Amino acid sequence: MNKRTTPWLLLAPALLIAGLYVLFPVAQALSMSLHYVNLFHPRTRPFVGLTNYLNALSDPVFWRSLFNSFIWVFGSVSMQFLLGFGAALLLNRSFAWRGVARALVIVPWALPSVIIGLIWTWMLDFNLGIVNALGTRLGLISSPIAWLSRPDTAMVAVMLAVVWQGFPFFAVTLLAGLQGIPAELYEAASLDGASTAGKFWHVTLPGLASVIATALLLRMIWVANSLDLILVMTGGGPGTATLTLPLHAMLTAWSGGNYGKGSALAVILTLILLGGMIFSLLGKRKQ
Amino acid sequence: MKGRMKTVLVTELPMLAILAFALGPWLWMLLSSIRPERDMTRTPLMIWPSTLTLAHHIELLERTSFVENLRDSLIVAAGTVMVGLGLALPAAYAFSRFRFRGRTTMRSLFLIINMFPIVMLILPLFILMRQLRLLDTYFALISAHATFTLPFAIWLLTSYMDGIPTELDQAALIDGATRWQTMRFVILPLVGPGMVAVGIYLFITSWNEYLFALVLAGEQVRTVTVALQMFIGENGINWGLLMAGGTLVGLPATVLFLLLQRRLVGGLTAGAVKG
Repeated sequence: MNKRTTPWLLLAPALLIAGLYVLFPVAQALSMSLHYVNLFHPRTRPFVGLTNYLNALSDPVFWRSLFNSFIWVFGSVSMQFLLGFGAALLLNRSFAWRGVARALVIVPWALPSVIIGLIWTWMLDFNLGIVNALGTRLGLISSPIAWLSRPDTAMVAVMLAVVWQGFPFFAVTLLAGLQGIPAELYEAASLDGASTAGKFWHVTLPGLASVIATALLLRMIWVANSLDLILVMTGGGPGTATLTLPLHAMLTAWSGGNYGKGSALAVILTLILLGGMIFSLLGKRKQ
Repeated sequence: MKGRMKTVLVTELPMLAILAFALGPWLWMLLSSIRPERDMTRTPLMIWPSTLTLAHHIELLERTSFVENLRDSLIVAAGTVMVGLGLALPAAYAFSRFRFRGRTTMRSLFLIINMFPIVMLILPLFILMRQLRLLDTYFALISAHATFTLPFAIWLLTSYMDGIPTELDQAALIDGATRWQTMRFVILPLVGPGMVAVGIYLFITSWNEYLFALVLAGEQVRTVTVALQMFIGENGINWGLLMAGGTLVGLPATVLFLLLQRRLVGGLTAGAVKG
């Protein structure tokens, strides 16, 4: 073992499995997206060029799922962010039970998506859900709502569940960022006569900007890719009301048996995410 | 006194509201799992249970496959911890202790793994596993979970190793120890806390995972997340049973998460905070 080969030997197992489980499937998915691959015609696999992509793009369901994905990602991540930021600001103040609050606020984060989906499906149940029970008793809604089976409320309902799951991530990340802002900056601002709002705009936000940008990017990628919560709660329905792009890709391949088109949809999703990522990284560099 | 009032109004009350939102659904699951069946089918819903009972938990453990599902989940999660650490430790050591050409590229390359949507990778993986006759085995799930947790495991372990002074390795090397001995007897004991943190992260992620567990296994090897979801299909929904299952599955991950949170969250946020 000499100095040049040792690190590569140490990296080899990790590289090998990553190549097998990531690079190879990526290449496979790209190849499948250019072929007619169907579960129900396993013997033939003709090359069809971009047909799968054209089929996908000319399908109104694709555009609906793309629209749903935008609502799902931007709507739920902005709510997660606002709630998490609020929690972080509160946790950064001093009060007696701060340690306990800080520990407990992350509880939703630890649960599996499947269970989160089940809990919220149960809470949003038409007859026996606690949301309808409390809502009608407190007079917030006049009659029970079938949250998950109405096209106009289903998206809001699944977003509520993902906001619950995801806001602790922002609370914890932004709290760490807040604690990284030097206290001297606040003291200096006080000496200059800055108000609480002034300190927030001129010290807190600039000091937190890069943490916010990174946390938002990471979370958006995660939410854009995640499909288990929706799969458990609505399966994309009713109709296509909660069908997001990854779920559309999954169902096309899985239930539809159309591996070629499903792969094309997955590749389109990857390209959109990649584009978004490059765009935000370029923006960061420019600053 | 005035300051105390202000703290209550602008800090403690809003914090309490957020905590109620965070904990409410968890507690509602717990409460639903220990209330009698007759409470679960009667409208209008009673918020407070008439009595408390463990009937749902007992039914779940005695009359369903849940104990086997728990065992499968445990095997897969424990396997993921071992395989994941086995892969991440040498890689982290290489990143932390060697300066070689391509090091930065390699570090970013591992992070890119997590940027590919699972939905794009899972179909080819399913086909690959089927051809290798590995579908529905512990191996399939363990290797998949270990791979997709690898980026974060390597990232976190590397930062732990960076915290161990290199003088210690150099002293050992000068004393005539081989690289392997240095790693085994100097680094490994010191990086213990970091390994515990990464191990718990691996365990929770594998324990909670659904999509791979559904697609790459699900019949012979059926983890709890897949099993719970399948309970829905079978003759209507028994919410008491499902909530009992949710409580039993959610408890270990939650407890581990609470135990570990400082360490894990520190590592998790380090990347984001450094920007």
